[in-house]
Amino acid sequence: MEHPLMKRIVELKERNYADYGQYDYAPKDFEDAMDNYDKLLDITGDINANIIGPNSEDVDAEGPHCENGRVRYASKTYENLDATIKAGLCGMTMPRRYEGLNLPNVVYTAANEIIAEGDAGFENIWSLQDCIETLYEFGDEDQRRRYIPRVCAGETMSMDLTEPDAGSDLQSVMLKATYSEEDKCWYLNGVKRFITNGDADIHLVLARSIEGTKDGRGLSMFIYDKRNGGVNVRRIENKLGIHGSPTCELVYKNAKAELCGSEKLGLIKYVMGLMNGARLGIASQSVGAEQAAYEEAINYALDRKQFGKEIINFPAVYDMIARIKAKLDAGRSLLYMTARYVDIYKCLDDISKERSLTPEERAEFKKYSKMADAFTPLAKGMNSEFANESAYDSIQVHGGSGFMLEYKCQRVYRDARIMSIYEGTTQLQTVAAIRYITSGFYEGIINEYAQEPVAAEYAPYAERIAAMFEKLKACTAKAKEPANQEFLDLCSRHLYEMTAYVIMSHLLLQDVQRNADLFKKSLVVFMNYAESKVEEHCNYITKLDVDQLDAYRQE
Amino acid sequence: MGLKIIVLAKQVPDTRNVGPDAMTPEGTVNRAALPAVFNPEDLNALEQALRLKDANPGSTITMLTMGLPKAAEVLKEGLYRGADEGVLITDRALGGADTLATSYTLAQAIKKVGDYDIILCGRQAIDGDTAQVGPQVAEKLGLTQITYTEEIISIDKEAKKIVAKRHIDGGVETVEGPLPIVVTVNGSAAPCRTRNVKLVWKNKNAEFPAWGAADIEADPMQIGKAGSPTNVKAVKSIVFKAKENKTLTSSDADIEGLIVELMESNTIG
Repeated sequence: MEHPLMKRIVELKERNYADYGQYDYAPKDFEDAMDNYDKLLDITGDINANIIGPNSEDVDAEGPHCENGRVRYASKTYENLDATIKAGLCGMTMPRRYEGLNLPNVVYTAANEIIAEGDAGFENIWSLQDCIETLYEFGDEDQRRRYIPRVCAGETMSMDLTEPDAGSDLQSVMLKATYSEEDKCWYLNGVKRFITNGDADIHLVLARSIEGTKDGRGLSMFIYDKRNGGVNVRRIENKLGIHGSPTCELVYKNAKAELCGSEKLGLIKYVMGLMNGARLGIASQSVGAEQAAYEEAINYALDRKQFGKEIINFPAVYDMIARIKAKLDAGRSLLYMTARYVDIYKCLDDISKERSLTPEERAEFKKYSKMADAFTPLAKGMNSEFANESAYDSIQVHGGSGFMLEYKCQRVYRDARIMSIYEGTTQLQTVAAIRYITSGFYEGIINEYAQEPVAAEYAPYAERIAAMFEKLKACTAKAKEPANQEFLDLCSRHLYEMTAYVIMSHLLLQDVQRNADLFKKSLVVFMNYAESKVEEHCNYITKLDVDQLDAYRQE
Repeated sequence: MGLKIIVLAKQVPDTRNVGPDAMTPEGTVNRAALPAVFNPEDLNALEQALRLKDANPGSTITMLTMGLPKAAEVLKEGLYRGADEGVLITDRALGGADTLATSYTLAQAIKKVGDYDIILCGRQAIDGDTAQVGPQVAEKLGLTQITYTEEIISIDKEAKKIVAKRHIDGGVETVEGPLPIVVTVNGSAAPCRTRNVKLVWKNKNAEFPAWGAADIEADPMQIGKAGSPTNVKAVKSIVFKAKENKTLTSSDADIEGLIVELMESNTIG
């Protein structure tokens, strides 16, 4: 929130505070807006501490129910929903003319992180309101007027993309959309699977509207309104974690739907937008899980005594907690930097619909849109992996108790497991990022970061980051050199992580110079950790050879 | 049809954080030394008011609080949750009031508001724990009262009728009463909802009318210290021990003996 880019973000989001005077809850200037954001996060924290957090154990134990083709949430999920609706935490980023809160993504992301810390399963239901961004961006004005105020009033959403034979590969989606000339509307028929919050009030559905097509170009995006009926829940999946969130199999039987945007752009344009938003959402959910893992670990270690003292005094224990904390701070920095980039380009994109951008704004849009695109897979992939590692370590700090269902750390561990899988596995985040590695785009950003002034006391850290960067460049050259795609793909995860560690180290170095008290310890720990990880990956790639590919291939 | 609802709220010292300087040498609460909070059961009352407002479109909630200027914070908290307006009753002349003077003052302020169907307040405040102010306000206004309320089941403005569930020893009872009425709400009623983002943003700089003794046409002899027959003799921390238990029969002699004993120790009388 204190980042220098914030001023620009708020000025763009608030169109120079044009809503002031027109809406009684609009801010009059930057300070007023920042104060509003603080107050919103206070309320979110309050609900998390007093309602969502305390309810989470019961929600996890009960889970949702499937009754007569409908979902009935765990009973305390309704309490959570009621609290977030009464608090008005709905339509977070939507403009005020549709009754939204007009928040920047950064603030929405922070609220999301807070809720995920309390209950990652409930966070899924709550944060799916974010799908409204896609409807706002690509729907027509009539659709915006009909649907956005409903979401701002607390109605829930889902994005119905995957099917039994179309998971990571969404091009294979088969759900059929047929236009009826007689009724002047579309009808959907088929089955969707693994749909989070599948019994939501408003669905965005990916369906095949061009008969006979087999790839992404025949797919379009539809809006299904539960009030019209036609979609039933066949079953709810029995999952390892995020029990609060119903994962549904849906049957569409002549479900009336309306087209969102243009035909054929469903996958290629709209879902890509939807997924980038969802990935940022999972990145913040992951940071929430990292925070939960940290709190559980440190609180237990401060309290638990063995060998005559609290276990936090043992290096073997505090080492684990220090790493959880360092990764949390670095991962969080990466998350919010991504959210800032997203904010700037999205605001400019929105403004471009109201008036034409100036040449400077156009350049700004282009720059940040690419930055957001490049950073989203890093933030999602790294944080979801950190969430898993930290949840594992948090249980380890608890010893045998951590294996017992009474302790929250085991739930965090179960909940975190999906984070590196859904909305694109870490492997797919690597695919999304690799082109920015090979094209030298990240290299350019890292060079820019390296130009930032560094206080004398932190100069040694800057040198260490520069050394890591040299290793990354050497490894990138090595991976590209044989001009063999399979070899490059095999190296990509290593290059991806090296890139992320260099960038996170830079961000933490920037943070520490803004607030030494908060980040000094994490900088020390994270740099040691990042260097050893970079060294590990560097060693791996150095030893790897095209001739070894056969040893890796599995039959 | 919309209801005119009045909620009486009090800012109280947070008795969860009592320190050695919690009392003044005069035996009254040292408000400056303790963090101030919204009296918990008044929040329960506010929630009942908000539910009435939700269910009866067009209703308005006016909050009244008596206290130092900073007591306006509870009025703001009320607006943050959905109350429509607030009035601060503040005046040096009101200081040192006991329940008698407080209820007189509140009743005078309610008369100034004039138009109301229901007055809600918490059962009691966590600083005095008397549970007297609500009932005394009802008495002074000549209204019926329902105390220890857990839930308002229905309200009918046309028929001027309210049905509420009240907490009694070992259960609940459902009672009916006429409008207008005073309802005191028990801590076992639904907790108050959280602040609403839009309302917080809208009202964060809200200011409230301040009514002094003259504004509510109060008799100077019935307010503040002058209007308060209660005098605190001493405040002691008493720890009960098992050996102090006594078993009394229901005979007149035993009861009389107990009354005499309690009067001698100034516990009553």
